[in-house]
Amino acid sequence: MLLQVKDLTVRYGGHLAVWEAGFTLGEGEVLGLVGESGAGKSTIGRALLRLVPEPGRIVSGAITFKGRDLLGLPEAELRALRGAEITLIPQDPLAALNPAFRIGLQATDALAIHRGLSRREAEGVMARLLARMGIPDPEDALRRYPHELSGGMRQRVLIAIAFSCGPSLLVADEPTTSLDVTTQAQILRLLDGLRSETGVATCFITHDLGVVAHLTHRVAILYAGCLVEQAPTDRILAAPLHPYTRALVRSLPLDGIMPALQGPPQACPFSDRCPERMAICDTAHPPLKSVGAGHQVACHLY
Amino acid sequence: MSVRYLLGRVGLALLSLWGVTVLAFVVLRVIPGDPALLMAPVGASQADIAEIRAQFGLSGPIWLQYVAWVWGTVRGRFGKSLWLQQDAIRVILERLPATLELALAALVLAVAGGILVGVLSVLWRRTWFESATLGVGTLGLSIPNFIWGLLFIVFFGALLRWLPISGRIAPDFEMAPLTGFLLVDTLLRRDPGAFASVTAHLILPAAALALPLLAVVFRAVRSDLLTAVNEEYVVMERMKGLGELRIIFWRALKNALIPTTTLVGVQFGFLIGGTVLIEAIFSWPGIGQLTLAAFQYRDFPLIQGIVVVYAVTVILTNFLVDLGYAFLNPKVRYA
Repeated sequence: MLLQVKDLTVRYGGHLAVWEAGFTLGEGEVLGLVGESGAGKSTIGRALLRLVPEPGRIVSGAITFKGRDLLGLPEAELRALRGAEITLIPQDPLAALNPAFRIGLQATDALAIHRGLSRREAEGVMARLLARMGIPDPEDALRRYPHELSGGMRQRVLIAIAFSCGPSLLVADEPTTSLDVTTQAQILRLLDGLRSETGVATCFITHDLGVVAHLTHRVAILYAGCLVEQAPTDRILAAPLHPYTRALVRSLPLDGIMPALQGPPQACPFSDRCPERMAICDTAHPPLKSVGAGHQVACHLY
Repeated sequence: MSVRYLLGRVGLALLSLWGVTVLAFVVLRVIPGDPALLMAPVGASQADIAEIRAQFGLSGPIWLQYVAWVWGTVRGRFGKSLWLQQDAIRVILERLPATLELALAALVLAVAGGILVGVLSVLWRRTWFESATLGVGTLGLSIPNFIWGLLFIVFFGALLRWLPISGRIAPDFEMAPLTGFLLVDTLLRRDPGAFASVTAHLILPAAALALPLLAVVFRAVRSDLLTAVNEEYVVMERMKGLGELRIIFWRALKNALIPTTTLVGVQFGFLIGGTVLIEAIFSWPGIGQLTLAAFQYRDFPLIQGIVVVYAVTVILTNFLVDLGYAFLNPKVRYA
């Protein structure tokens, strides 16, 4: 097993962003992390690199990557993994590039740090990689500042950065949400091609079930920081069990809004909006139960 | 940077300069005190005084006086100092290097010190060091520089006797000025003893002048850095495996310096203004001291000349700051 996440809990000041989430990821596997904004999916993605933004803190749990305990790793060893073994493609490519520095410098950091290349050598490698990403004049792009490139170009640069050192785990944090629809399709195709070519295990964070259907092998559904269902993709799309997943897959409307957890849940966090709410739903938090091959669900119905 | 941008900046600078001269000219003639009366010998008649007025261009309507003065100024003549009976421009230029040396030393101290303390307080945030810098920053900001000067004189000069508190150099060094910047002069003459003496004399007045600006720079750098370290691009720099020290010094600092630069440009005006009192306190032979004397004698040509020189210094600095800003921020480079 490449990655094993157990009972991960992340707190942001007064509220729990993630509560005891657990999942695994095999070599070359693609897991979709699905949920609405604020469900904790991005937080989990950042936690995999131990980069939860302030004031967030990983309170408990364990993340094991290639047999190493990521949460106990000294900062220096962690830095050796970041950008090389574990990389991230961010949601907003404009925000993710430093406006005061040329692309050439920012795109070669990982190669310079982890591969020991000089900036000039790294720029050569990066230029070839950018050409592979479909950037027409890579040398020119490297000389530009971020604001001089289009959104699609910027995202291609960030994808090139993420792939530059041959990672074994990739966190794709809604990599297409900030792009227009045609660019979205191009970027998704590019990502899918690169993934099958390199065989990198991927944690694909999204709220788009179409993307999930195309790109992922397995899906984990998050609601209010809790993992409510996990199953192979075709199974979740064909036979969703959790009432929330069902609503999601069938695009059913839901009343109310997702709550924010203040502390350990004493009830099912979805009970307020659940069409099949029972008495027990308000008094006990349902544990994740195995209900078939690789299929788990956290609901009192099962 | 386009030619149009440059021309625009130059035009703006000339406009500010013109405004400053009008203001100085009018204000001087409105405040009480008549230079002709001060210059006239005891028992001079009204006719004598009128003659003095005419001789120094102090008669006639203000706007005519102003036109005459501007006409002289653009040809490089501020007129004759009433008090020293020399060309005002010569008097000013002789003393200008002393003031510039002091102001530049203070500026370097304030900017370098402010950046260093700002970076360290962010790098070591949530430690005792951060709290200490915050306290000292507030103190530096709330006490004006001449009070710092007096405190330094009492403490480091009188009590501890560590550093000299008066003048630019020990009197046993005979120095004919080359550039007038004594740090440069002593280096050019390869005289380490004199250089050490100049440095020692410079430390206290420059530090006193620098402290409030240092506090301003520190707070600006700190708050801009604190914003930057939570920006997504800094998170991405961490994601690539860069260390925190390297990120803050080599990346985030450049982002933080963009707003700070503008601030320093504005604050430099206050720093130059601060030289008047600091020079008086430390017997520093620059134009700050000259300003006080010129006001006592109602020496209009000298004061006007000083105002122009101060204004040119501040405007030039702001112009350089604008260039620096364009260098730091690629987004304005082509604007």
